[in-house]
Amino acid sequence: MPITRDEVAHLARLSRLALSEQELAHFAGQLDVIIAAVARVQEVAAEGIPPTSHALPITNVFRDDVVVPPIGAAAALDQAPASEQDRFRVPRILAED
Amino acid sequence: MASELTRMTAADLAAAVAAGETSAVDVTRAHLDRVDAVDQRVHAFLHVAPDAALAAARAVDERRSAGEPLGPLAGVPLALKDVFTTTDMPTTCGSRILEGWRPPYDATISRRLRRAGIVILGKANMDEFAMGSSTENSAFGPSHNPWDLSRVPGGSSGGSAAAVTAFEAPLGVGTDTGGSIRQPGAVCGIVGVKPTYGGSSRYGLVAFASSLDTPGPLARTVLDAALLHEAMSGHDPCDSTSIDAPVPPVLAAARQADVSGLRVGVVTELGGDGYQAGVLARFGEAVELLESLGAKVAEVSCPHFSYALPAYYLIAPSECSSNLARFDGMRYGLRIGDDGSRSAEEVMSLTRAAGFGAEVKRRIMLGTYALSSGYYDAYYARAQQVRTLIARDFDAAFERVEVLVSPTTPTTAFPIGERADDPMAMYLADLCTIPSDLAGNAALSVPCGLAPEDGLPVGLQVMAPVLADDRVYRVGAAVEAALDRRRGHPLLDEARGLGDD
Repeated sequence: MPITRDEVAHLARLSRLALSEQELAHFAGQLDVIIAAVARVQEVAAEGIPPTSHALPITNVFRDDVVVPPIGAAAALDQAPASEQDRFRVPRILAED
Repeated sequence: MASELTRMTAADLAAAVAAGETSAVDVTRAHLDRVDAVDQRVHAFLHVAPDAALAAARAVDERRSAGEPLGPLAGVPLALKDVFTTTDMPTTCGSRILEGWRPPYDATISRRLRRAGIVILGKANMDEFAMGSSTENSAFGPSHNPWDLSRVPGGSSGGSAAAVTAFEAPLGVGTDTGGSIRQPGAVCGIVGVKPTYGGSSRYGLVAFASSLDTPGPLARTVLDAALLHEAMSGHDPCDSTSIDAPVPPVLAAARQADVSGLRVGVVTELGGDGYQAGVLARFGEAVELLESLGAKVAEVSCPHFSYALPAYYLIAPSECSSNLARFDGMRYGLRIGDDGSRSAEEVMSLTRAAGFGAEVKRRIMLGTYALSSGYYDAYYARAQQVRTLIARDFDAAFERVEVLVSPTTPTTAFPIGERADDPMAMYLADLCTIPSDLAGNAALSVPCGLAPEDGLPVGLQVMAPVLADDRVYRVGAAVEAALDRRRGHPLLDEARGLGDD
């Protein structure tokens, strides 16, 4: 089942990528080839095989709860694209309706 | 003297600084001069920091004058992959979205290097967010292979590898997620090591695929790699996946360099069709060499390794699609389209479209696809099961042999541009290196000669069980010593891409 331009547009929307029409068409062809290649994992007989999400067995890890000074507003905001009153300034989050 | 200093090993440089035969400042100046002389052509560095480097060198010299003990790499220059945060230099990950970003904290690796008296010369070029095998995915232009400037130095840690190969720095630090240390090491003719996952800290390493990302050393000799491995490794409470166990005795193993009686397995599935003839020829000779040095060689089948590449290209993009969600143009980095009329979501989408390159976009969308409801079981979940089967193949193999060997890469360095818009062809560069990333075990690439058809370096990959990193150093050092003896000089003496004598 080939990946269509519309499916790529949907993925781009989920991924917060404002792609051009040209990019959508280009990526559709490439993603189609890649997905066909990676679909080979379905050939493997894997029934009853537990999944591995991590190379090493990991359980909860704790460290001592030591109080350290925070980096402070000035350092935190130093690289912000926009700031105001010691806060990050961001575009509107809610729609106006 | 300047050029002599740049040809020395890290071990010899540190010894010369400690003995007062030279100063860390002179060593650093010699390498900065070399960067000035060749980096326009190599483009190993995205940022060179002469003042910070010389200040670090002066501090080493002052400690020495004061009679304080120096670490085994004090005063030695290093190229740091631009994926580790540094407070005194930008950290871009080769991406427009982080262009000029100054992190508020040092990565644990950066901090440990500084504490060891290692002199960070600057930040090395890389494929954007470590996604690629050639550095062509860097937003700031590719690095060039010092053996032949028209070819790639491998990737994603290609800048670190090129700097070490071009004698701009004796040491480099890279990260390996699917082969990003070993593959550039192999195609540049130097040593690259992926330590056991969790053996080196990820704190302050900008994440690509968190269950795979592993920092490790690049160097011109196995001994230098071992010295750097020891300096950068060890438990870090700031990284919850860091292993709380002693660092394997890699330095002793590199000095031992003895494979007599060692059981070595040649992986059946990593060779044959699709491999360059000269790569297979040099690999075959390396296996014969190991036998002549007393190793017991057997062929070992790891049947699921054939599925490592497809499993990896589901798992790594899935993790990347989640990790790279943090680049949203809100708190740091690029912001595009914030004209007062657009919503945060629109600004995010415009920022990410402008700030990410094509490969990063492909992988984010591929991961989003693999994790979508309806596709999750067929793709991501199945890939995780394949990951289990690959780890079991390793377990079974390591019951029979102590190390596994293969070529590091199917081909030598390819021409810049050849695979740039053919993602699947690019992905094949990591065919042999991915299994050890999925299983999290230790693996090294050591040069094993030049392919006769193109005169370019070939790497021998050595793989060992989790936390048996010392074994890959033992084998790597034995092969290196025997080949250097036979050849009469180090392999890199034959690199002519920069017109050096």
